[in-house]
Amino acid sequence: MSTYLDRPTVRSWLTTLDHKRIGLLYLFSITFFFTIAAAAAAAMRIALLSPSGDLVASDVYNRLFTTHGVLMVWFFLIPAVPNVLGNFLLPLMVGARDVAFPRLNLASWYVFMAGGFLVLYAILFGGVDTGWTFYTPYSSTYANGHVMLMAAGVFVSGFSSIFTGLNFIVTIHRLRAPGLTWFRLPLFVWGIYSTSIIMVLATPVLAATLLLMGLERAFGVGVFDPRIGGDPLLFQHLFWFYSHPAVYIMILPGMGVVSEIITCFSRKPVFGYKVMAFAILAIATLGFLVWGHHMFVSSESVFAGVVFSFLSFMVSVPSAVKVFNWTTTLMRGSIRMDTPLIYALGFVALFTIGGLTGLFLATLPVDVHVHGTYFVVAHFHYVMVGGMVMAYLGGVHYWFPKISGRLYPEMLARFAALTIFIGFNLTFFPQFILGYLGMPRRYSMYPPEFHALNVLSTAGASILGVGYLLPLIYLVWSFYRGRPAGPNPWKAKGLEWTVPSPPPEHNFDAIPTVTEEPYAYNPEEDP
Amino acid sequence: MIALIEASNRAAQVDRLAAWLLAASGFVVLLVFGLIVIFAVRYRRGSKASRAPLPIAEWKVEAGWIAGTTLGFLAFFFFGARLFVAMEDASGPADEIRVVGRQWMWDVRQPNGRREFDTLHVPLGTRVRLRMTSEDVIHSFFVPDFRLKQDVIPGKEVLLVFTATRTGRFPLFCTEYCGSKHAQMKGEVIVQRPEDYARWMANAQPPAEVLAHGHNLFLHYGCSGCHDRGSIVHAPSLEGLYGATVPMADGTFRRVDATYLRDCILNPETVRPAGYPPVMPSFRGVVPESDLTEIIAYLEGSVAAP
Repeated sequence: MSTYLDRPTVRSWLTTLDHKRIGLLYLFSITFFFTIAAAAAAAMRIALLSPSGDLVASDVYNRLFTTHGVLMVWFFLIPAVPNVLGNFLLPLMVGARDVAFPRLNLASWYVFMAGGFLVLYAILFGGVDTGWTFYTPYSSTYANGHVMLMAAGVFVSGFSSIFTGLNFIVTIHRLRAPGLTWFRLPLFVWGIYSTSIIMVLATPVLAATLLLMGLERAFGVGVFDPRIGGDPLLFQHLFWFYSHPAVYIMILPGMGVVSEIITCFSRKPVFGYKVMAFAILAIATLGFLVWGHHMFVSSESVFAGVVFSFLSFMVSVPSAVKVFNWTTTLMRGSIRMDTPLIYALGFVALFTIGGLTGLFLATLPVDVHVHGTYFVVAHFHYVMVGGMVMAYLGGVHYWFPKISGRLYPEMLARFAALTIFIGFNLTFFPQFILGYLGMPRRYSMYPPEFHALNVLSTAGASILGVGYLLPLIYLVWSFYRGRPAGPNPWKAKGLEWTVPSPPPEHNFDAIPTVTEEPYAYNPEEDP
Repeated sequence: MIALIEASNRAAQVDRLAAWLLAASGFVVLLVFGLIVIFAVRYRRGSKASRAPLPIAEWKVEAGWIAGTTLGFLAFFFFGARLFVAMEDASGPADEIRVVGRQWMWDVRQPNGRREFDTLHVPLGTRVRLRMTSEDVIHSFFVPDFRLKQDVIPGKEVLLVFTATRTGRFPLFCTEYCGSKHAQMKGEVIVQRPEDYARWMANAQPPAEVLAHGHNLFLHYGCSGCHDRGSIVHAPSLEGLYGATVPMADGTFRRVDATYLRDCILNPETVRPAGYPPVMPSFRGVVPESDLTEIIAYLEGSVAAP
């Protein structure tokens, strides 16, 4: 029987219109970018072993955190779940033979790679030291290095987001199988749908902002630099108008993945399905209205601070409700603690801590103290790495048998998942304390009082590094040598599990008709 | 390891709020983690526990969660916003100190004109108002022991008010990335008993010297061309002006203080005193912040010495 993996020529991969192959193209690309960005993080953690900053020069350190941030945010986190898992799974989940616009889908990958190579070029030939936030007037006037190239890379890759988002929106609206009504969609699809909407609406704002920054830097058009008539805070407003919703671009699909895994491994329908779907939409909508909480100490007005604080608390309500619903889904289930579930529960745990520390940051006077410190670093790593990367790895393990047709070594995978969980907490929990004690972020050197906690954090990072290397090794090995998985090793529900593994190129021999509610699991049948 | 010190009037309040947040978060973490572990054990595949459907209506549970979390969050929002509004109120009497952020130093000017770099002397128990701006990129003024932070923005003056409640030396950091030596843009806030502070201030360079320097700048930037008494251009004489209340063209009145003078020099189009044609050019981008501070100090001082 033929699968989408047949005909393994380079040419056939680079010209493929198959959503599954494009998903894998993204998988290789983002793993590549992740590796570079992780190496930059490792270099920073090693440098921070010494308070005096004598291991790397401050200019090098500043380039390292910019590299880490830009690559992780735009070339790993944002495309991770949507472009890898979304591409591979979305048509399978809605019962379609491909996405709505297969050519646009391939174009999106090429645009993404073009942006990626611009950024890599900027990093290799001099680097950029503005931080991933490109704050003006530093970026537009004072910074040396390839700021323009770096911004151009991010600008270009934004179009990839827009193309993919558009493609997914149309696919979900137009290509659902007969009987697959909106409230029968898996929550993964809801997550992808909301993320796509944010991508299409918010990314153009980033593009415009970077363009204005570039115009000021190249031609002295006064937009952000007060010396030529601009306003530096305008940049922050525009930048966070994109970048805060971008946080939800990163996390919503992860929430979808976790919902799939928790229901499957506890053999229970997700608790509060409709509330879960509406919570995703609510987060996506309210997420557009909270950008000002990045600017409480920026000299925005007190009134603006109060309003954005209020809205930030409100956006936390649906997130909290999701955590409670995941937890309750486990109740009276029939739970098997396989690798994907370890990752999913790891997500719930770390996302809970990330979310709760977000409340500290939404509380105005507390934010004044911890803003710009390691507290913020720890907070968003709990959400982005503890949350998002756990969800991504959980998803990769959960659907690995579908993608490759093979199984990975279960015990080794469980060990790796626990290693990542422990290493992550050791790395980032000390940073909450460092932040409250007052250690500012983006410091290449620091007062010796902060030494012990930094050493602890670096020690944790080394464990985390091992945890990330393990799946890289055993998943590649399993791709070729793993035991055959069969079409549905987890006995999971959902259309993607009704086709062979790996799926044939056209996915479905006949378009299926859906008659079941989502997650039609029954714990009593499978005790 | 250091223990954080509470050294300002707001520190204890911020800590108390953070402690409540920590307690609430700890409770939720224990609840969620505890339930996950209990469920994972009790409902492991093959256990004898009942798998019958939950006996409660789903919508009631969801409504409860939504109401509960919303109320809890509103409480934190309310107490946070109340404290924030109180501590952001920069009006009222206070000692005024000018701070200019620059790559990579803090340039401080005390009320009597004494200048210091990377240190900031303040008297204990006295309300202090910092008038801050930046000469180049955005910096951020952060004193952890005071729980105090404010971005310092080029082209804009921001105010920050606090009262130090402990004597000692407290670290000052820049927390907005500002380039190569960002991590070295550090200083100290030195809190002294008022009598020690007064003694330290008395050692300042003689005010006459400060005023002379300010007067030189006044000549250097051509201010005197129009604003000297003998000038033929119809422009307000600045002698004895500081502290006075002057009529505006639109019928309102404004007090001549540091903010007013700053506006006149940088944004003259926004200040229109009655009886004068709008001919003052903007010195935005021409006068660096440190010189501006000197000129304003000179204008302020020339009142005291008639």
